[in-house]
Amino acid sequence: MRNLTTSTILGLTLTFLIGPFIIIIFAGASAGETLAFPPDGLSLKWYLKVFTIESFRESFLLSLFLAIFGTVTALLLGVPAAYALNRYDLPGAETIRTVVAAPIIVPGIIVGLALLRYLVVPLDFTVTMALFMAHTALVLPYAVRVVSSSLNNLRADMEEAAVLLGCTRMQAFTKVVLPNIRGGVLAAFILGFVTSFNQVPVSLFLSGPGVKTLPIDMLAYMEITYDPSVAALSALLAFMSLSIVFVAERLLGFSRYV
Amino acid sequence: MSEKFVSLSDLTLSYGSTVAVPNLDLDIVEGELIALLGPSGCGKTTTMRAIAGLLTPASGMIEIDGQDVTRLAANKRGIGLVFQSYALFPHLSAFENVAFGLRLQRMPEAEIRSRTEAGIETVGLMGFEARKPAEMSGGQQQRVALARSLVMDPKVLLLDEPLSNLDARLRLEMRSELQRVQKDTGVTMVFVTHDQSEALAMADRIVLMKDGKIEQLGTPSQLYAEPATAFAAEFMGFENIFCVEGENLVSDTGQLPLGFAAEAPMLAWRPGGVQVGRGPFSGRVLSSSFAGGHREYVLDSLLGQIKADAPIETVEVPLGHNIDFDLPQSTALPLAA
Repeated sequence: MRNLTTSTILGLTLTFLIGPFIIIIFAGASAGETLAFPPDGLSLKWYLKVFTIESFRESFLLSLFLAIFGTVTALLLGVPAAYALNRYDLPGAETIRTVVAAPIIVPGIIVGLALLRYLVVPLDFTVTMALFMAHTALVLPYAVRVVSSSLNNLRADMEEAAVLLGCTRMQAFTKVVLPNIRGGVLAAFILGFVTSFNQVPVSLFLSGPGVKTLPIDMLAYMEITYDPSVAALSALLAFMSLSIVFVAERLLGFSRYV
Repeated sequence: MSEKFVSLSDLTLSYGSTVAVPNLDLDIVEGELIALLGPSGCGKTTTMRAIAGLLTPASGMIEIDGQDVTRLAANKRGIGLVFQSYALFPHLSAFENVAFGLRLQRMPEAEIRSRTEAGIETVGLMGFEARKPAEMSGGQQQRVALARSLVMDPKVLLLDEPLSNLDARLRLEMRSELQRVQKDTGVTMVFVTHDQSEALAMADRIVLMKDGKIEQLGTPSQLYAEPATAFAAEFMGFENIFCVEGENLVSDTGQLPLGFAAEAPMLAWRPGGVQVGRGPFSGRVLSSSFAGGHREYVLDSLLGQIKADAPIETVEVPLGHNIDFDLPQSTALPLAA
């Protein structure tokens, strides 16, 4: 009886989590002309069509650019910040932590609106520039948090040992600290990449004419054309995210860091 | 051989506004094995960190081999430090850990290799070169840490509680190992410990510290036989310390008549120096424990608690019963106030 209840709950939960994903895969594989489930016959034509849509190609490249460079920038800022917060008794450390975490606490709509109102409109930032800054800010909290937790596991006396063997503080960081938090940095990169790539609310405000991230572009596309290509693209993106996480998990036990 | 190879003069060390070590003077002889001994918080580790350059003195001077290093950065002092936690680099093999400092000096690869191998041989770790720290026991990790410092040919080798993380058997092994390495290399060694038996067994000289000050400085036999102060006496195992007033021994709880004339204001006895089984005094057994060669009693007497060791051949006295005892002149240690 007990076993039956447990399996039922487990089954429902899995269906709830994985169900939409299955629906999307099949909806995209439809032979019909409109988005529907169950699909109107099976074909791969929508999966192929996705690659021929010019605006998807452009917005994909923009999203890829934002995810890679936004995350790298966030790491360049976040790793030293995490290090300083972790190793030094900084005045106002708690405040800094809160400010750094703000972009994930404040709703994306507000972040987007604020950036639009105070950066793009009055300062005449380009849309791409504003998107880049927004994505960097959104990823920064993850970078700081994930890298902090791997720094926590690294004893400070290791750096002192390196210094006594002749390292400068900087060399101690690059030769001893960095190699030992490599896993955390890579995990932060992947988490940041996925967060940035799937970001909607902030990008919604900042996307301008001709400059759209992929999720926004997909939304816009669906408003006009209700065909299964969006479902096909969604499935492809989900596969991309899955494979990144899968490879990371295989390489370095990604789940330890998140 | 310099008598003042490491010289600390009027050294004051502080953490923020808290002074940990005030006005310390200490000279360390070249090639000796010296112990900084004391309870936690006595300033021994702080002093060691200052010698290493990891802590900048508030005032005073540190000289090493005739050179004023007070303001010299830690990475330029040429001092080795074996950390209590060993602080090995987890991403590097034992070999690369030992070679780490040599590589920084941009030596030719062949020299790095031969010096690293020699270092690994000195600490007896041949065959473990490829292992990562996580794949080695505590004792092996400590040997790597020791070799890593030794290959740098340090002027002074500092060791922070070198035996505290090892089990009892390894501790004995490492004791003699450290002494052997010190004699073989002739390096001046300073080790920090809170364990008086460790200091007594290993050191050429012991610096006993309390509240940031040197309580007593001397050879192990001097400290063991003639502790100069009540604190030193207690640390060296004279656990029964009482004041002398006229003809009586006095404590907070009461007094007992002293059977002999004493000049000193205080007298102290080791548990082994208390005569158990006969004598003018009597105490109730509070606890009794078997300690191999003898039995350790805690007695409740008019002077308060007395710690006394009885030969193992004597019949055990049950808890709550009385034992006669004496505090004889022959084993009494006179102490100045």
